Amino acid sequence: MANRKHRGRGFLERTTASFVDALERTFYAEETARADGLLQRVDPRVKLLGILALIVPAAAARSFKVIGGLFILAILLAALSQVSFGVLLKRVWIAVLLFTGVIALPAPFVTQGHVIGQLPWLGWTFTSQGLASAGYLVLRVETAATLCVLLVLTTPWIDVLKALRVLQVPVVMVTILGMTYRYVFLLLETAHDMFESRRSRMVGKLTGSERRRVAAASAGVLMSKTFDLSSDVYLAMQSRGFRGEVYLLDESRMRRFDWIILAGFTLVSAAAFWWGR
Amino acid sequence: MNSTNPSDAKQTPVYEVCDVTYRYRQVTALDHLNLTVGAGRRVALLGANGSGKSTLLRILNGLSFPDKGKVNFCGEPLTEEKLQRDGFGLEFRRRVGLVFQNPDVQLFSATVFDEVAFGPLQLRWPHDKVRQSISGILEMMEITHLKNRSPHHLSMGEKKRVALASVLILDPEILLLDEPTAALDPKSESHMIDFLVRSKGGGKTIITTTHDLGIVEDIADDTFVFHGGRIVAGGPPSEILNNVALLKQTSLLHSHLHIHKSGEVHAHPHLHQHEE
Repeated sequence: MANRKHRGRGFLERTTASFVDALERTFYAEETARADGLLQRVDPRVKLLGILALIVPAAAARSFKVIGGLFILAILLAALSQVSFGVLLKRVWIAVLLFTGVIALPAPFVTQGHVIGQLPWLGWTFTSQGLASAGYLVLRVETAATLCVLLVLTTPWIDVLKALRVLQVPVVMVTILGMTYRYVFLLLETAHDMFESRRSRMVGKLTGSERRRVAAASAGVLMSKTFDLSSDVYLAMQSRGFRGEVYLLDESRMRRFDWIILAGFTLVSAAAFWWGR
Repeated sequence: MNSTNPSDAKQTPVYEVCDVTYRYRQVTALDHLNLTVGAGRRVALLGANGSGKSTLLRILNGLSFPDKGKVNFCGEPLTEEKLQRDGFGLEFRRRVGLVFQNPDVQLFSATVFDEVAFGPLQLRWPHDKVRQSISGILEMMEITHLKNRSPHHLSMGEKKRVALASVLILDPEILLLDEPTAALDPKSESHMIDFLVRSKGGGKTIITTTHDLGIVEDIADDTFVFHGGRIVAGGPPSEILNNVALLKQTSLLHSHLHIHKSGEVHAHPHLHQHEE
């Protein structure tokens, strides 16, 4: 969507606008994560495990009804968690349909089976088995993507990272991912400011070679800034006692509500496995 | 150059910087520098950008090490080898805190809570003590409401306060502050100055780099002027601030055009005065 919105503008304008888009998307996600919805009240670890427990049967089930049921459950969870359908439609459903649709497109025509029709003009025949396998692929991906986006939109990103500890992801990995998330924004803002300042001193459109030169120069400056920053950050960590090992303080506590939700996720997952065999 | 209380003449100084030279990227940042800082003193290091103040703070914090000369900390040489030892290293980090000029460097954790907890956790404090200390320090710095916020959502003033809290939680005896009032709006600046003024008599040794001459008398007992990697003058703030020739020579004071109420426009060096 961002590309379509920015078409017709110059290279600098498009680049700057895409930085703003990225920041806006993040702010939207953080705003949704702070809303007073159902999933927002659930412990991040429960959400992570629960969503995984729903994604696995969605990927494994051999029944449209089961996968469809899980998709409807995801929509229901989105509604109860104040996640906008418009956002899901634009950022997940249409994007996934286009992407997966391209992959699934040949399936009806190349899969052996009962022929149920023929394309006008081209004369290609398609089979019910082929249509079913394309349908499975699209529905599975739509369901899994919706569930993943629900997790991200209803949980602050850092809580998602901390929840990864429950899957035995090492502390150092969680910390590095957290710091990356923290500094991506700083560098995004720096890049945005660099492009803005260049834009403010330019008139007219850039030629192809000029665009490449601007992009290369900006990448170089940004990389140099990143090196300086990473070296200073390391010193700041050392200054407060960092000696190669990271320690975290886990503040999350499981409440009764979380156990009930976890039990709910487990039951639904088990039922989906059973019915979807 | 000395910053020691005459009554504590026999007490071991906190820092003795002896003939230190430090080069960074082919530039001599510190040039045969000598400085002694006594316990409990509040010291201001004045100097224009690039005069070597921040480099000295990093050396005092054991993050960089001199090419020549030596630094003693409480009578013991401060070396890379000693800092790598768990006993000395962790104790030194507890006793000496550095607040960086750029808070984005210092705020590397994902939330304010994690940031403030980082130091105590690295020093292996018990978790209950960490939790209690965090509540106390957030309240003291009036940033409890920012606890779960990500640093990239904070204003510059808020970032500086969080950076200070992340160091103060360790209750360091020696506090090194690199340009604490730089790039702050007036309200945040006054918060920071209030903190520095209140810390007088608290027993902490505070070494502050600044080129904001307006705050020096409030935050320091002793002042040293840096120029080209050397200390060119030292003394009580009033003495240094009255030496206009010195301040102009070290680029701390400049003349710029300004308009008087009478409408007269002219240039001369001047210091801004605070109201009583």
